[in-house]
Amino acid sequence: MKRHLISTADLTREDALLILDTAEQMAQVSTRSVKKLPTLRGRTVVNLFFEDSTRTRTSFEVAEKRLSADVINFSAKGSSVSKGESLKDTALTLQAMGADAVVIRHSASGAPKLLADSDWLHGSVVNAGDGTHEHPTQALLDAFTMRSHLNPGVGHDLAGRRVTIVGDVLHSRVARSNVHLLHTLGAEVTLVAPPTLMPFGVETWPCQTSYDLDAALTKADAVMMLRVQRERMNAAFFPTQREYTRRYGLDARRLALMPEHALVMHPGPMVRGMEIESTIADSDRAVIVEQVANGVSVRMAVLYLLLGGSEPAITTSSFEETGK
Amino acid sequence: MNYLIRNARILGGEPQDIRVADGVFAEIGANLDAHEGEQEIAADGLIALPGLVDLHTHLREPGREDAETVLTGTRAAAKGGFTAVHAMANTFPVADTAGVVEQVWRLGRESGYCDVQPIGAVTVGLEGKQLAELGAMADSAAQVRVFSDDGKCVDDAVIMRRALEYVKAFGGVVAQHAQEPRLTEGAQMNEGVVSGELGLAGWPAVAEESIIARDVLLAAHVGSRLHVCHLSTAGSVEIIRWAKAKGCDVTAEVTPHHLLLTDELVRSYDAVYKVNPPLRTEADVLALREALADGTIDIVATDHAPHPAEDKQCEWSAAAMGMVGLETALSVVQSAMVDTGLMGWAEVAQRMSAKPAAISGIPGHGRPVSVGEPANLVLFDDQYRGAVNPDSFATRSRNTPYRGLDLPGRVVATFLRGEAKVLDGELV
Repeated sequence: MKRHLISTADLTREDALLILDTAEQMAQVSTRSVKKLPTLRGRTVVNLFFEDSTRTRTSFEVAEKRLSADVINFSAKGSSVSKGESLKDTALTLQAMGADAVVIRHSASGAPKLLADSDWLHGSVVNAGDGTHEHPTQALLDAFTMRSHLNPGVGHDLAGRRVTIVGDVLHSRVARSNVHLLHTLGAEVTLVAPPTLMPFGVETWPCQTSYDLDAALTKADAVMMLRVQRERMNAAFFPTQREYTRRYGLDARRLALMPEHALVMHPGPMVRGMEIESTIADSDRAVIVEQVANGVSVRMAVLYLLLGGSEPAITTSSFEETGK
Repeated sequence: MNYLIRNARILGGEPQDIRVADGVFAEIGANLDAHEGEQEIAADGLIALPGLVDLHTHLREPGREDAETVLTGTRAAAKGGFTAVHAMANTFPVADTAGVVEQVWRLGRESGYCDVQPIGAVTVGLEGKQLAELGAMADSAAQVRVFSDDGKCVDDAVIMRRALEYVKAFGGVVAQHAQEPRLTEGAQMNEGVVSGELGLAGWPAVAEESIIARDVLLAAHVGSRLHVCHLSTAGSVEIIRWAKAKGCDVTAEVTPHHLLLTDELVRSYDAVYKVNPPLRTEADVLALREALADGTIDIVATDHAPHPAEDKQCEWSAAAMGMVGLETALSVVQSAMVDTGLMGWAEVAQRMSAKPAAISGIPGHGRPVSVGEPANLVLFDDQYRGAVNPDSFATRSRNTPYRGLDLPGRVVATFLRGEAKVLDGELV
């Protein structure tokens, strides 16, 4: 494992499986009455959020607390781009405070890489979503969720599984991280979007693309619906919300096209009635809430492995300390 | 002070001695006799070129003296072998009145390191709405002949047409920054494979090419002269080639960085590579080199764009666009054009001195190194190899994309009308 987690493209198959397998162990902790490990005791983890994201921040915070880290939430919404304190000065401040890891969410693509490559701070950097670039822990929790349904077992990958990702791929950091990671794990990915919301150069990505959702559903093992912001239609990406939903939304008719075992996923936050019909989101085919739960386990695994998990994550003694 | 320059290779030719006296080249030949009071300069093996002329320089004064001043910018120019620079109009206040262009012109005269020819804005405040007083700037002490809203495109077709027509009255030329604004809203880098992967908003080639296509048609229609700034795409080259074949009076420039660097560098998210127009692909770079070699692109212009550190050491999308370039231009051109066998030194002199001076009409520059001509001269050591060290720059800013890169060649001396401005690579 590298010292930072910036992009899923940086993860080898072995790295990815190590994270998923470690997350399985972490998931066990979450089922106990005392959901805490002493692993990161005395280590300081900063959640540096330049962009509002209660979901992701809370998930990281729970993960950090379950590992007994000292957690600092540093909300710096818009501070740099709006010409307040710069990213550099914020980083220098966190370094001076002795941050062992910085979990960063930023509206600017590349901000986490900038931090990781700089000499402004020396701790590990975890990308919690940067602009329209990547969101690696989301992809890891998605893969974890898929594996647990489609090919459960330690050391297993997603070889041959078919994943269809639908929606605003152009602006989606989730899609980018998923394409890299799922490809590394052997899955076959198909991106579906209107041509206006397909990234330039997508033909060079390790995946298939289609403009036809119906055709891409029939063989899918999992379908991931991406959030589509209504404002996009103001920039002529699509004519109206109605037309978008008709052509690219997941409704009951389309659900029936999918194989019985196929999962319905969504990274959240959902726009019910836009990309996904409400009843589908609440159906037993959807694993959306499960994704959230798995997010904590995966983020525990990532932090544990980055912050020097040279010892096993779970030892007998650690359970004796925390489990009694 | 008069000088006797020994064994310099004019335009890369056979070694000759050059006598510089009273501001002109007094004598050129083999084994000239030394005269009393002359300083001898051993130039064995050095290339002698006419003083370089930059048609596209951002000196930032007035308004952004934290990035550059006329003084620091002209010192950088002299170190890069330039004897004249054209100061772009996007200052604060904008150089859209006779008063501002005269101020810049006067600051240039006071600096003394190289001649400063101000460029006037085409429209008031670079807003693209209303023509600036182009005639007043032309008639001012600054004698403005080149007009540009550089940094912004004159995107309104009617305003562009009128500007092209209007400046004919005083032999002016409009230098267009070709960027269709709607296609580049929020644009961060070249739209291509890399922008798609990095999740950065794309600046598509067509946004440049569509404006150039429109402008060459407009210029042909009204019979005006057009200059196109910083070509960056293979498609732009094709349009210029077509326009020239049709007899359209158009000239075009390319920057050193577009001759050498590609958008692959953006993968670092290091904003030192953020520039407008953006770095493009390898295919574009090769097309630009070919076009510069065959004359489709007329000149190299630096687009020297200094920015303070805080405007570059930040998130990519928050960073300013632009690179400093005066002090590395000749080395980059050697690397991209001469060492690749595409051009000789005579062609370098044509594209970095004679032709830019001709486009601008600036007097006394771009003249050949021959007896009786103004002694504007650069001595260049093309055998030198070394890593670029921004700490040695004379520009006030350090936003160079070449930091630590091994580039060939080094300016050893620069003379402006017979006065040494740089000797042994250092400012005099």
